[in-house]
Amino acid sequence: MNLQSTDFEIFGITPAFALDRDALDARWKDLQREAHPDRFAASDAQAQRLAMQWSVRINEAYQRLKDPLRRAAYLCELNGVPVEAENNTAMPTAFLMQQMQWREELEEAHGSEALERMADEVAAAHREKLQALQHTADELRDYAALAQQVRALMFVERFARDVENRLDQLGQ
Amino acid sequence: MALLQISEPGQSLDPHQRRVAVGIDLGTTHSLVAAVRHGVSECLPAADGRVILPSVVRYLDPQQGGAGRQIGFEALAAQVQDPANTISSVKRLMGRTRAQVADVDKLSYSVVEDNGMAVVETVAGRKTPMEVSAEILATLRFRAEDSFDDELFGAVITVPAYFDDAQRQATKDAAQLAGINVLRLINEPTAAAIAYGLDNGSEGIYAIYDLGGGTFDISILRLTRGVFEVMATGGDSALGGDDYDQALAAWVLSQQGVTAEDLTPSERAALHAQARRCKESLSSQDVVRFDTQIGGRTLTQSITPAQFEACTTALTVRTMTAVRKVLRDARIAKEDVKGVVMVGGSTRMPVIRRTVGEFFGQEPLTNLNPDEVVALGAAIQANALAGNSRDGDLLLLDVIPLSLGIETMGGLVERIVPRNSPIPTALAQDFTTYQDGQTALALHVVQGERDLVADCRSLARFTLRGIPPMAAGAARIRVSFTVDADGLLSVSAKEQGSGVQASIDVKPAYGLSDEQIAAMLKDSFATAQQDMQARALVEARVDAERMIAATRSALSADAYLLEPAELAAIEVLIADLAQTLTSTDAATVEAATQALAKGTEAFAALRMNRGIQQALAGKKLEEV
Repeated sequence: MNLQSTDFEIFGITPAFALDRDALDARWKDLQREAHPDRFAASDAQAQRLAMQWSVRINEAYQRLKDPLRRAAYLCELNGVPVEAENNTAMPTAFLMQQMQWREELEEAHGSEALERMADEVAAAHREKLQALQHTADELRDYAALAQQVRALMFVERFARDVENRLDQLGQ
Repeated sequence: MALLQISEPGQSLDPHQRRVAVGIDLGTTHSLVAAVRHGVSECLPAADGRVILPSVVRYLDPQQGGAGRQIGFEALAAQVQDPANTISSVKRLMGRTRAQVADVDKLSYSVVEDNGMAVVETVAGRKTPMEVSAEILATLRFRAEDSFDDELFGAVITVPAYFDDAQRQATKDAAQLAGINVLRLINEPTAAAIAYGLDNGSEGIYAIYDLGGGTFDISILRLTRGVFEVMATGGDSALGGDDYDQALAAWVLSQQGVTAEDLTPSERAALHAQARRCKESLSSQDVVRFDTQIGGRTLTQSITPAQFEACTTALTVRTMTAVRKVLRDARIAKEDVKGVVMVGGSTRMPVIRRTVGEFFGQEPLTNLNPDEVVALGAAIQANALAGNSRDGDLLLLDVIPLSLGIETMGGLVERIVPRNSPIPTALAQDFTTYQDGQTALALHVVQGERDLVADCRSLARFTLRGIPPMAAGAARIRVSFTVDADGLLSVSAKEQGSGVQASIDVKPAYGLSDEQIAAMLKDSFATAQQDMQARALVEARVDAERMIAATRSALSADAYLLEPAELAAIEVLIADLAQTLTSTDAATVEAATQALAKGTEAFAALRMNRGIQQALAGKKLEEV
């Protein structure tokens, strides 16, 4: 075990998309209990630096593993198929059509009721895509297909944030 | 010490090695210092028995032969008589430019802009907010040292959770000026939770509603087996009890048909003192009388709780908006909250307790003194950080309150560390050059949630120099942003291809450079009277002895991890260091300590890695 170990190794779990969130949270706390700089506040600079590096690394791994989308992207990367969202924007036509339709609906949605309805619709689509993602990752183990699904889900999440922002603006 | 703690976390020191470690609540209106004595956290009183120190400093006229300054109650008493030189609520100026200080014109002293900082113009010259705060901190430090008849090892200083990087840095600078070793800056609501959690052995999700004199914080924490995990934090670093006083004073003036512009500074100070008194009395009385002298005539106004609530309702609403936002950030419903802890003197106002209670559908917890609870919690953490505590189980996992970003083309912000990320945290971002042969690159780091740079807080401008000349776009400069456990940012950069470490010029938008701090320390400062050199030698020897003990202890446990030659090399370094202990030159001792630290680096890393592995292994066994 060292700073270069993978996120999964650091958390002592088998690399897979499916994950027990409660166990992950508990593991995170166990690891920080060992490594957090507070454990070394009265120690020399070298020990503090080491603790800092480990604590940062543990938080990095935790943040990546607990976010389903980032976890899926990380699985792709570990299996030699980086997601490369910036250079790879090709999407199935049906998906693009749905995106355009959502964007139009969002522009026309004004009341909080319409926006809430959109938020629910997007959340449902998100859940559905996550399930498909899990199947591709853990059953099919098709990482090229997984990378494609991750890119699609990124669009969905960005759109969900836009809806949320609109709701926030209404709330003020 | 480090090496020792890896194998035996939470092990307590011998009684004679006990270090004096305190928690300091540096508040807007008053400050406190607390320490753990005989296993109990308690606030330390001054010679007169009072634990509260008003955060007020009065500078005396050097021409009048004045002996410098008055601090605390003495200064507070002089506020009406000498408003221009009596500085209260200086916390509002910390880490701020003049333009960023809310209602700066309503202060009874004069604030000017100096080098991008709000500073106070006094009869004894310009005073930075850090210098003023350092006077308060030094007073508390001496109080602690007198109480224990020993030197202070270090302090945990609390800051509002919603303080940004500049405000935190300013607080740390102030502590350094006061000669205090800062063990950690921790967030006020987190400190309060420690005081509550340890008292009650609580588990579950708690909301901490902290309305102080000048700041408002709302934090959501999850408590599990001694771990205090901050799920989300929010608030307003310019909203507090002071604003309630201002609102009440403004309302009284409007009822009396007086305009605020007509007031003299003395009248203004008296008006606010009166407003505060009335606000406090209204917490227990049905009607109070407001009396103040303005322009030679006495204004009298009776005030009922309903009138008070009506003229301050906008402020209360603002706090509840922040409460809703933080619940969204934590992704929990208000029903998930098991208890609501009230912190800060301003939560004594019945209207606050009622509003918060109604929102969460439960009586808020008020069984600890809201003025003292932050200092008490900070002291518990200080005791643990200094290695005094037997129960090493306490662990704080805090978050960064505001997103960090960098400026990109068109004045837009690219977010690099989102708010509520657990700290410490680090993020690397690659940049490239856009011109052939370009050797420097400018970066602008900002903090805040808005999309435009102009709407965020400017933290620092960095210039990377010494990039090897290459074709445009060929250089790959990796810039690493690190936020440490104090919530403070540091930046480093490296050109990936050549491995050249680009040098960084930091131009903090705020804060003091090391040179400035050194210069200020030289000035007529409380700490400068001490013999710094003698102190440095004592500290160097203590560090050296600690290092030797820790290394020996680590070796006796884990020497098997080393090759014989490695072991021998470390033994030589220990012997060298032991020999320098008789030296009277601090630098010699420090150099030998450094050499041993460097020589044991690889060994320490091996042990740390193994510690992590064991944490996992232990867990796995449990699961079987």
